[in-house]
Amino acid sequence: MSTDVDAPVETGRAGPPSGRTPRFVVAALVAARNAWRQLTSMRTALVLLFLLAVAAIPGSILPQYSVNREAVDRYRAAHPDLAPVLAKLWGFEVYSSPWFAAIYLLLFTSLIGCITPRLAEHARALRTPPPDAPRRLERLPHSAELAVADESAARAALKGWRTVRREQPDGTVTLAAEKGYLKEAGNLLFHSSLLVILVGVGIGAQWGWHANRLVVTGPDQAFCNTLQQYDDYGLGPQVGPGDLADFCLELTGFKADFRENGSPISFEATTQVTDAHGRDLGSRTFAVNHPLRLDGANVYLLGHGYAPVLRYTDAKGVTQQTVVPFPFTDATLTSQGVAMFPDANGGAKDAQLGFDGLYLPTRDKAPYAVSDFPLERSPVLVLTAYRGDLGLDAGITGSVYELDQRQIETGRLKRFGDAKLLRKGETWTLPDGSRLEFVGTRQWITVSIRHDPGEQIVLVGVILLLVGLPLSLYGRRRRVWLKLRPDGTAQAGGLPRTEYPGFEDEFASLVERWRR
Amino acid sequence: MAALSDNLLIVTIMSYVVAMLLHAAEYSFGGRGVIAKAAAAPARELVGAGGPPVVEESPYAAPPAPAAPRRRINAELIGRAAAVVTAVGALAHVGTIATRALAAGRVPWGNMYEYVLAVTLLGVAVWLVTLWRNPQVRHLGLFVMLVEVLLVGVAGMVLYTPVGPLVPALDSYWFVVHIGAVATSSSLFLVGGAASAMYLVRSGYDAGKRGFLYAFGARLANAEAVERLSFRLHAFAFPIWTFGVTAGAIWAEAAWGRYWGWDPKEVWAFISWVVYAAYLHARATPSVKRSVTAWIAVLGFVTMLMNLFGVNIFFTGLHSYGGLD
Ligand code: HEM
Repeated sequence: MSTDVDAPVETGRAGPPSGRTPRFVVAALVAARNAWRQLTSMRTALVLLFLLAVAAIPGSILPQYSVNREAVDRYRAAHPDLAPVLAKLWGFEVYSSPWFAAIYLLLFTSLIGCITPRLAEHARALRTPPPDAPRRLERLPHSAELAVADESAARAALKGWRTVRREQPDGTVTLAAEKGYLKEAGNLLFHSSLLVILVGVGIGAQWGWHANRLVVTGPDQAFCNTLQQYDDYGLGPQVGPGDLADFCLELTGFKADFRENGSPISFEATTQVTDAHGRDLGSRTFAVNHPLRLDGANVYLLGHGYAPVLRYTDAKGVTQQTVVPFPFTDATLTSQGVAMFPDANGGAKDAQLGFDGLYLPTRDKAPYAVSDFPLERSPVLVLTAYRGDLGLDAGITGSVYELDQRQIETGRLKRFGDAKLLRKGETWTLPDGSRLEFVGTRQWITVSIRHDPGEQIVLVGVILLLVGLPLSLYGRRRRVWLKLRPDGTAQAGGLPRTEYPGFEDEFASLVERWRR
Repeated sequence: MAALSDNLLIVTIMSYVVAMLLHAAEYSFGGRGVIAKAAAAPARELVGAGGPPVVEESPYAAPPAPAAPRRRINAELIGRAAAVVTAVGALAHVGTIATRALAAGRVPWGNMYEYVLAVTLLGVAVWLVTLWRNPQVRHLGLFVMLVEVLLVGVAGMVLYTPVGPLVPALDSYWFVVHIGAVATSSSLFLVGGAASAMYLVRSGYDAGKRGFLYAFGARLANAEAVERLSFRLHAFAFPIWTFGVTAGAIWAEAAWGRYWGWDPKEVWAFISWVVYAAYLHARATPSVKRSVTAWIAVLGFVTMLMNLFGVNIFFTGLHSYGGLD
């Protein structure tokens, strides 16, 4: 409460120590009560709010694990001395750090301590009728003398006010009216809604999960919602691998639209979905800003690109086909990737085949280095072949997007023939008579799959907050009294309980209506 | 259309610069400050009507030097001219944005350049309405116009982006709602922040400070009135800001799958929100001095600027506004 908080905090000296309670217990109780008063004071709330604002700053300067894991890794590599110290101080996970939590938990404790007594107080105020008119209304900030003919007309003017009628022994009737209870109610609603939001955020953090995945079109590339299927994921502490909703998803199509200058207009993915109960949900589309909302998870479209389909027939005539998603390097979808055939030539360690590829969805003149447009207008694939040991089973999981450079440097993997430019459907015959066919391309998308069970609670909290806030800020508590004397004369008085400039006009217009 | 928009921008900036200079001139030619003028309000009426200046009624005008009344008329006229030029600039500003919207065929706040133009236009609108309703705070114009010239200037020179379409990530209802609310509240915070700054100068002057800036205090409006104005602007802006941030969170949920991810822009929105909440608390606590409260308001606006410029330029986040590519 804004007024009594600023009263000086009591000193540790309690009154005369009572006979039975030991002195130190009394002292401890007094100290505890003072600490509590201090914590729930408006000043403490102010200080904690400031601390919270300041504590949030480092998280916008330092890279954060929760925002961008790679950025943290880059930062740690670039600052080998400073990074370990920062890491110890939770510098890369500010918003889940104990010190950040300490601040907001203290703030919320203060908040609870602050609003609980006010809730009780307000409940009492709602039950208590407006007090009787002070004896001398002319001492109020606003007052007037008038003649009122009719009491019921006077009461009609107080529609919307909480009014109490009292009769004095001498026949004088007083009307006491009050308005603006919603101000305090709104304030309490607003502060309580902050707690609702905190609970919702907490539930989301504990029981929510998310995962990212790249999906290529085609039934052979469909996947189900299990952890093994994900490139990376994060589970809340209360979530186990078995708790994920089990739906399955196949990307059946992807459509991107661009303007002539290459800027994107829209992206839309079409999927075939089987839900957690094994029901076929049929074809569902989703797009940027329009996620696929499933029972137990939402699927968000993040990015897209091309995956060349390559068929390799080795010298012995054995054929393998692979679909390799190529990550893009620019807005026109110049894409780069690799295709590896470790089983070529019977899987001999020195005769494996790897291809370094550059895919340009639109390019029809040299140099074949960058694409001119993100859609496939005249696609070309530029390949360089390598033969030897791909280094795949050395126990180190290499990147699936580039060949192992160490193998090339040490000569275990050698350039095989010249680079080759292929168009869709073309076949390249390598020096050993083996053949590589550029069968075509498929599309790939990256999706984020998320489940946050606290979301609805947060939304409710925010709505309550948005209702309470204006009530609290713009509400005006005020009282008026009308004293009707038996002789037909009357006296009116008004008292704004929260200062606001408009009360004078409001009171004047009330008096005006009473006069009539 | 796009070229017309660019030309109108120049008219806008020039008008604001002229308005700012006129406000500055009003300071230098002004007599004894707005307090004196407010106290001498009846006298001012007569001056406005063209009659001889009747300054005797003013308690502050006791020993007028022979030239003083003349100079005061000039100051009054200059001040009014500043308001008129501001209004002209605002019209050109509306034109700049409208022609750009027509050229692009969409809402005109699809990148940082357009966003800053929208915020500053709303800021001028808020200022003109404030001026209309409280003519006695006209001196605040120098502060408001200074911020306006800086922001519009930076928009035109640093952030300028040719007319272009929206990227798909921005193609959402929530985009319109979110940016609309954030821009509106930012403009209110802008004028409110300027009023708090003015209060600090004036109250500093009243407390006997005479250093750089405080010397202007003599010419500024009544400190209490400006402080109350600042509070009303902030109290009006805060729920709109809260709503704007909420709309952003709802949009983020639809676009990225999480309503809040501590992306740098979100961090600074949070910081501003907390600082303004602290302002409202401080304002409601009797033992906190009004000057402290005013400093919090100024700090709040600094955090808003940090979000607008600092975050877009120094940090890369998910927000499509980010970066100056
Ligand atoms: C979680 C952090 C908090 C936030 C974000 C917050 C925010 C706000 C805001 C925005 C207002 C302005 C609305 C109004 O003036 O009616 C307000 C008012 C108020 N807050 Fe808080 N608050 C917080 C915590 C607290 C705490 C811990 C206390 C108790 C010490 C408190 C006590 C009050 C009171 C008494 C008012 C009414 C001021 C008045 O008389 O107008 N708040 N709060």
